[in-house]
Amino acid sequence: MTVNENIKKIRVGTASCGLAAGGAAVLEALHLHAPNIDIDEVGCLGHCYAEPMVEVVTNDGKSYLYAGVDDQESAISSILSLSDKFRFKIPPVRESKELLKVLKLAGKICPTSYDEYVANGGYAALKKALANTPEWVINEIKESGLRGRGGGGFPTGVKWSFLATKEAEQKILICNADEGDPGAFMDRSLMESVPHQMLEGMLIGAYATGATRLIIYCRAEYPLAIKHLKIAIEQIYQNGLNKIEGRELDIMIKEGAGAFVCGEETSMIASLEGKRGTPRFRPPFPTDRGLNNFPTSINNVETFGNIPLIIKDGAESYAAIGTAGSKGTKLFALAGDLKYPGLIEVPMGTTLSEIVFGIGGADPEKVKAVQTGGPSGGCIPKSLFDTPVDYDSLKSLGAIMGSGGMIVISNERCMVETARFFLDFTHRESCGKCTFCRVGTTRMYETLERIVAGNGKREDLDFLENIGPKIIKGSLCGLGQTAPNPVLATLRYFRNEYEDHVLRGQCSALQCNNLVDVVLFKDNCIKCRLCIKNCPVNAISDDFVVDNNLCTRCNTCIEICPKKTIARTKRGEVVNDKI
Amino acid sequence: MNDYSYLKEIDKEHSNLIKGLQLIQAHEGYVSDESIRAASDYFGIAEVEIEGVLTFYAQFKRIKPGKNKISICDGTACHIKGSKQIIEWVSSELGIKSGETDSDGIFSLETVACLGCCSLAPVMSINGKIFGKLDRKSTIKILKEYKKQ
Repeated sequence: MTVNENIKKIRVGTASCGLAAGGAAVLEALHLHAPNIDIDEVGCLGHCYAEPMVEVVTNDGKSYLYAGVDDQESAISSILSLSDKFRFKIPPVRESKELLKVLKLAGKICPTSYDEYVANGGYAALKKALANTPEWVINEIKESGLRGRGGGGFPTGVKWSFLATKEAEQKILICNADEGDPGAFMDRSLMESVPHQMLEGMLIGAYATGATRLIIYCRAEYPLAIKHLKIAIEQIYQNGLNKIEGRELDIMIKEGAGAFVCGEETSMIASLEGKRGTPRFRPPFPTDRGLNNFPTSINNVETFGNIPLIIKDGAESYAAIGTAGSKGTKLFALAGDLKYPGLIEVPMGTTLSEIVFGIGGADPEKVKAVQTGGPSGGCIPKSLFDTPVDYDSLKSLGAIMGSGGMIVISNERCMVETARFFLDFTHRESCGKCTFCRVGTTRMYETLERIVAGNGKREDLDFLENIGPKIIKGSLCGLGQTAPNPVLATLRYFRNEYEDHVLRGQCSALQCNNLVDVVLFKDNCIKCRLCIKNCPVNAISDDFVVDNNLCTRCNTCIEICPKKTIARTKRGEVVNDKI
Repeated sequence: MNDYSYLKEIDKEHSNLIKGLQLIQAHEGYVSDESIRAASDYFGIAEVEIEGVLTFYAQFKRIKPGKNKISICDGTACHIKGSKQIIEWVSSELGIKSGETDSDGIFSLETVACLGCCSLAPVMSINGKIFGKLDRKSTIKILKEYKKQ
């Protein structure tokens, strides 16, 4: 295979999504066919839909992106000869809307190379911080307007100042890397792609607050992130960066064991102490009495990732980005029914339609809503997509910013079922300490389960609206206080869908199995009998009629029909294939 | 009686209990009654308290997993893309429900909150290998491949 002699370096994306799409095989094939070329494994460029991705850098400094490649000859030879096949262009809308600050180095440098991070301006912010006083650092963070990126939105500078003013034998700084929201992967990508950036933020935090113990509480489900962090911490020790003003810092990783509630500060502390992760009453706040009763500040991965930017460029230039109440940029994990799922970074204040239709390339005809904030958030209907994305605007709509999961929902998805899905999650993850959360979320779940099964009553809707605010009021921690959001928000914006279920026994999105019929429209049928042969329960008769009492709605016939003449319909709407 | 000397890698502090249990699971594949007794002896924590911690966290398994461990992602993106049906198909194909291991110890099935590859949804993993963009046909085909082995 010929290798273009102009090639200087090849970068292969091998973060989790790159590997899942087959990045490892591509890497191996490139090594095999171009043994003399420098090949780097890099993190995530954020274009998940285009994985596996390869970047070729030439001697004259040009960069060529290849996407959707595999380990077969046509892809590999195209990369090595710099041909146009498999060449990738970033969608222009995305390029114009995105502002890469926190993710600037993601996918560009080798995550496990300390030298590359330093060569790209890494640890300059730490140096600058150390040349100033801790008070100056905290003031800069306050001035920047940075708010906690984990969802709460508490001003980071204020939290740090609480810790800085405490006199204690030991102070602790914890990085919350327990990204438990289903559908969110911002923190994973950042840790996998540029682990040093977040660690630099922690070191600056340690200097500013006087903390000497740094703990990263990371999900055990993120083995690659943990691996990269471990290597990066080792490099910090080797380069003596853990010695700040004569204090020696102790940096360690603790692996979480899979409990959503541990994203809550006081639960995380209980978990770090080796106990069940249940929250406790606040005050005392962790900055007064945290882990093992020592003053503790807990900040999120993305928050720490922002710190070096603020210190390096100054609070003023950081605060110039964003809206009045929300400064800087925000990462979002964009997924669901859209063309370009991936990890994006936009300035605060970008509107939902710019994100969903512009960057995400979703079809405006087909989109119904967007879900933000995971199981703690709400669904925002298309009619409100002009809303700017910032902490306060989203809250006023009954959703939340959350940590940054953003799921686009099309017309084919049932909102009641979506709410049921989130409550299924929260009622299982409720730790059980507060009665309203433990029993309330379970009752909400059971009610929704009944509605999607077609057994709902009108009173069920009143019940949901009544119990929701009570759960919010009667729960100690963020889990219970936000758990009813998905239900209350869908009831607010998509009441018609709930009413379709309980009053008419229909699911307009044709998703709830008990509320749909499967119909074979005979007009287009070519009598190929594929549906009859493949039906696992023999529900289709020899004269091509689906027996809906036997049918399990498994979709086999719908998928297999070459003429697409079998479809789901609203229950009772179609009789003998005529509407 | 298994050998639990690997526990000595970590200190006996209470705060290391979860780490210790993770270590046990990494060695044994799950946490058996016998391992609970070993952890109780080592850390000086009552068995009942350890059981409490085990049941609290989703990561810990109390049933021996099968040779092929299937995890079906039911995160938001996968759910939106139809993971519920994937679970039903796999379940009926293998005759086991989520959280179970079949009687021959060949397959075990679980649903997980998020495997972190939302752009490939719906996704399942078998022994850590990710299979994305599943539909009924591809799901059944993958299972048949593993059955042959």
